[in-house]
Amino acid sequence: MKLVTGNDLATGDVIWWTGSGWTRHIAEAGDAGDQGEAIARQEEAARRVNGPYVIEASETPDGPRPAHIKDRIRALGPTVRPDLTLKPADPNAGSWVI
Amino acid sequence: MYKYDEYDQSIVDARVDEFRDQCRRRLSGELSEDQFKPLRLMNGLYLQLHAYMLRVAVPYGTLDSRQMRMLAHVARKYDRGYGHFTTRQNIQYNWIKLEDAADILAELATVEMHAIQTSGNCIRNISSDQFAGAAADEVTDPRPFAELLRQWSTFHPEFSYLPRKFKIAVIAADEDRAAMRLHDIGLQLLERDGVLGAKVFVGGGMGRTPMIAPEIKDFVPADQLMSYLEACLRVYNRYGRRDNIYKARIKILIHELGADKYRAEVEEEFAQVRQLGIDPPAAELARISAMFAAPAFAADDGAVADRSDPDFAVWLDQNVRAHKQPGHAIVTISLKPIGGIPGDASAEQIDVMADLAERYSFDELRVTHAQNIVLPHVRIADLKAVWEALVEAQLAEANLDLISDIIACPGLDYCALANARSIPLAQKIGQRFADLGRQRDLGELKLKISGCINACGHHHAGHIGILGVDRKGTENYQLLLGGSGAEDVSLGKITGPGFDEDGVVDAIERVTDTYVRIRETGERFVDTYRRVGMQPFKEAIYG
Amino acid sequence: MADAFEVDVIDDRAHLRFRDEAAHEEPAVTLDAFLADQSNATAVRVEPGDDARALIPLLDRIALVEVSFPTFRDGRGYSVARILREAGYTGELRAEGDVLVDQIPLMRRCGFDAFAPRAAVDPVVLKRSLERYDHVYQKAADGAAPVWKLRHG
Repeated sequence: MKLVTGNDLATGDVIWWTGSGWTRHIAEAGDAGDQGEAIARQEEAARRVNGPYVIEASETPDGPRPAHIKDRIRALGPTVRPDLTLKPADPNAGSWVI
Repeated sequence: MYKYDEYDQSIVDARVDEFRDQCRRRLSGELSEDQFKPLRLMNGLYLQLHAYMLRVAVPYGTLDSRQMRMLAHVARKYDRGYGHFTTRQNIQYNWIKLEDAADILAELATVEMHAIQTSGNCIRNISSDQFAGAAADEVTDPRPFAELLRQWSTFHPEFSYLPRKFKIAVIAADEDRAAMRLHDIGLQLLERDGVLGAKVFVGGGMGRTPMIAPEIKDFVPADQLMSYLEACLRVYNRYGRRDNIYKARIKILIHELGADKYRAEVEEEFAQVRQLGIDPPAAELARISAMFAAPAFAADDGAVADRSDPDFAVWLDQNVRAHKQPGHAIVTISLKPIGGIPGDASAEQIDVMADLAERYSFDELRVTHAQNIVLPHVRIADLKAVWEALVEAQLAEANLDLISDIIACPGLDYCALANARSIPLAQKIGQRFADLGRQRDLGELKLKISGCINACGHHHAGHIGILGVDRKGTENYQLLLGGSGAEDVSLGKITGPGFDEDGVVDAIERVTDTYVRIRETGERFVDTYRRVGMQPFKEAIYG
Repeated sequence: MADAFEVDVIDDRAHLRFRDEAAHEEPAVTLDAFLADQSNATAVRVEPGDDARALIPLLDRIALVEVSFPTFRDGRGYSVARILREAGYTGELRAEGDVLVDQIPLMRRCGFDAFAPRAAVDPVVLKRSLERYDHVYQKAADGAAPVWKLRHG
């Protein structure tokens, strides 16, 4: 599947395209199909996202999993500071990245 | 320490206003990201993996307790309670909001701090010797010159859109504690026939094509230094490559032209430029130097540190250096706890260090390029109290210049450019060599990790260096041996095929075991490597 | 740095002018052409890779030097301006191309006194930019006194 991701312009937060808007949680991201580039262009022009790009991901029971480690780290947070990730209470969150 | 006058303050305040306006134009859509990017970078604001990152300048690594407390305040109020001290003596915050950036800068300006030119293709923060003003071996305090350079380079009208970034280091001793010859320009201050001036090295750097700067001029008198540097930069601005970002640094220009041709071009330019009257008068250097006058040191009271506590004694031996003033010492606070994140400090730790500086170090702190903090002027009689406070704050790791005193870039945990993570590797190496007795037996061993070819973690200059690369989507690490960023400057060589994370830790252990087996008395690791070469280590690693 | 400018429209493009006299409208010839066989031209266009020093012996014949900025990232034109002003050139020095409003104050300091930006510049933003800094650290081509001069006279 294809995901569109970028950062929120004002806050810098990592965000994911849901199909109709943006979310901080990759589990809520939606498949952009072949519309990824068009969505990226349109959303950037509307300043709803900064630096959007399209990535490859696989569908898993826990939600989309980006193909590249860089985007998995973006989705979770720094592996060396579990307390600052989006899943601070989940001791196994880091293993999802690797 | 340098104190702003009304002119300095008005320039920094105007910069805050300018950046506020630029941020406003970006948020309102007047500026596209393409247009805004160079503007925000020129003020140290990056877009990183998780958020915006703000790099705040610590000019030549010197700051006072008020400034240090402000760094803690920014960490608490605008970030997530910590900051990361960098190899260029600056500090970075990882979780900044664009909408807060101008407010942060306004707060920093109240304590004479800023983020000016901490990124972008311009002259970056001037770096210097962290022991300046305290070391016995310096010819003069290099910081007044660094401050002159700070002013000269700030919003330099001609050199704000250079082919690539430009880093300058100034030292004033034969021992090089600032990796001077791995800078675009390295200045070594010295005295010749009673005249103060500088030996000028140009074209060093790390990155994907590491080079040691050749000497371009053996002596430039202090009163012509700005003219000479203006000539050096102008030749670079005119002729540096702009067709390929990887070949745009001045080291490539000098490599391609040859040092002799570059020197001749600079001389020709210098002949013109020196007539323009761009060098500040001697009175300006005198004005600045007066602010760096030695503090009112107490008379030597003959105090000797009480070594009865073995942990304190080890810390004294490892982290405390001789001071030029009898009765005083230079303390380095390690930001490299075993299993920790190199260079990171919490807001609470930053406050503790500020308090210690105010109480015990004439209100001065330094940031080192090895990502540690220095209290430059501590009375020997106060060392025990300082150490006890550091123990309390978990800042008393006695590992300065040992294998666990690792330089590491933020790597793929934070950085958008990285190919591999650096920090987890630093943590694993620290844990493998956690035994302090073993570390001390290995002696001075500078280990440096970069998460990509840009070499922010100085891997080329490590006695042992590690470079993280992306091998088909997985992290892979190359091992280098034999580099040095000190006065014995050299570039490390790759041992051979790379490793995964655990593999590189094992390989390092085979390297250190080999060193222990074959070293001669008094040899540091890098000395043994230079004597025997790569082969014995290679055999030990790859069998 | 109080710095008055006028906006003229030439060939559908807004020109910002910090000079009293009217814009020099003769089309500029390339530096190569000027040096080769069109040395009676009075307007020369300098590209980033050109050696502006070649113009120095001929400056008294020139009324306009147009310095091209194909991209705002290419800063070679700043050195061109300094070099020409240092050599005593007093004619129009125009920055043409990808010139951004935030760059104009620095370009003014290098000696540019006319601008033909490819994209329109907001005069309100520009005016604010030009008035923002009361002081400068360096001596440059604009005659502004650096702070060391103000400190020590």
